[in-house]
Amino acid sequence: MRILVNEEPREITTATLAGLLDELGYGDARVATAVDGAFVPASRRASWTIDEGARIEILAPMQGG
Amino acid sequence: MLFYGTELSSRLMLGTAQYPSPGILADAVRAAQAGVVTVSLRRESVGSRAGQAFWSLIRDLGVPVLPNTAGCHTVKEAVTTAHMAREVFETDWIKLEVIGESDTLQPDMFALVEAARILSEDGFKVFPYMTEDLVGAERLLRAGCRVLMPWGAPIGSGKGLNNVFGLRALRAHFPDVPLVVDAGIGLPSHAAQAMELGYDAVLINTAVAQAGDPAQMAAAFRLAVEAGLIARAADPMEQRDMAAPSTPVLGRAVLA
Repeated sequence: MRILVNEEPREITTATLAGLLDELGYGDARVATAVDGAFVPASRRASWTIDEGARIEILAPMQGG
Repeated sequence: MLFYGTELSSRLMLGTAQYPSPGILADAVRAAQAGVVTVSLRRESVGSRAGQAFWSLIRDLGVPVLPNTAGCHTVKEAVTTAHMAREVFETDWIKLEVIGESDTLQPDMFALVEAARILSEDGFKVFPYMTEDLVGAERLLRAGCRVLMPWGAPIGSGKGLNNVFGLRALRAHFPDVPLVVDAGIGLPSHAAQAMELGYDAVLINTAVAQAGDPAQMAAAFRLAVEAGLIARAADPMEQRDMAAPSTPVLGRAVLA
């Protein structure tokens, strides 16, 4: 299945958002996720099914003003 | 002065961006004795753990964090970013930025009010980055904000307080609302001026981060904020146009 992760095209084998984070090696990293512009809380990642062409954003803590 | 029920350990809020190194950032936060540090959320390339290292540095500093929605231009972007920040940073505080114009990074007050209403109804404690617009301030308070953060000048410009009259008017109209000058402060004297006007805190980033010696500049800002706070409490004298002799005239010798 082809999707976009942070605007980069990726071919993935997993069907869920939690699976995607594992597949990409985020493991237990502190990140927040959004799918097609909507926030998906960590508690819903395991049951969140990814569709073909989904736009996933994975954001991490960063310096800010 | 309470910010959403919390007494801050100092009136200096410090941004964490643009420092030469994480070590210098940590030194600056300590030298500033910052009451709050602002943080953000960004994409991180797969495999990079920069964000995780940054988060562990901030946690070790032990200063309360205020996540921002920097870079958002629409209500939807800002609201989604706020939700993501709440989960990552485990706080319902959010510095709400909705930018309306790219050259000045001027806040879009219309979108800001709408985003503030949505987030406040959802339990967020919103710190809105705003212009010094009096009517906009009233709308933000009605939308649920209990703190206001007017700009001093455009972000990163270092110009200080562009509209002292406007900032003074805000202070006079909302005597009980915590007010923070956010953005545009370039020098400790600007920060002292904001505090002398009766502002409750200032938020500084570029002026410290881009100084030749960020930790020393952070210390200077700490002193300036404290000086301004004490001066305000000491009730400054009124200005006048003409001179008034300070040495008594009575008893002056006639030597002409």
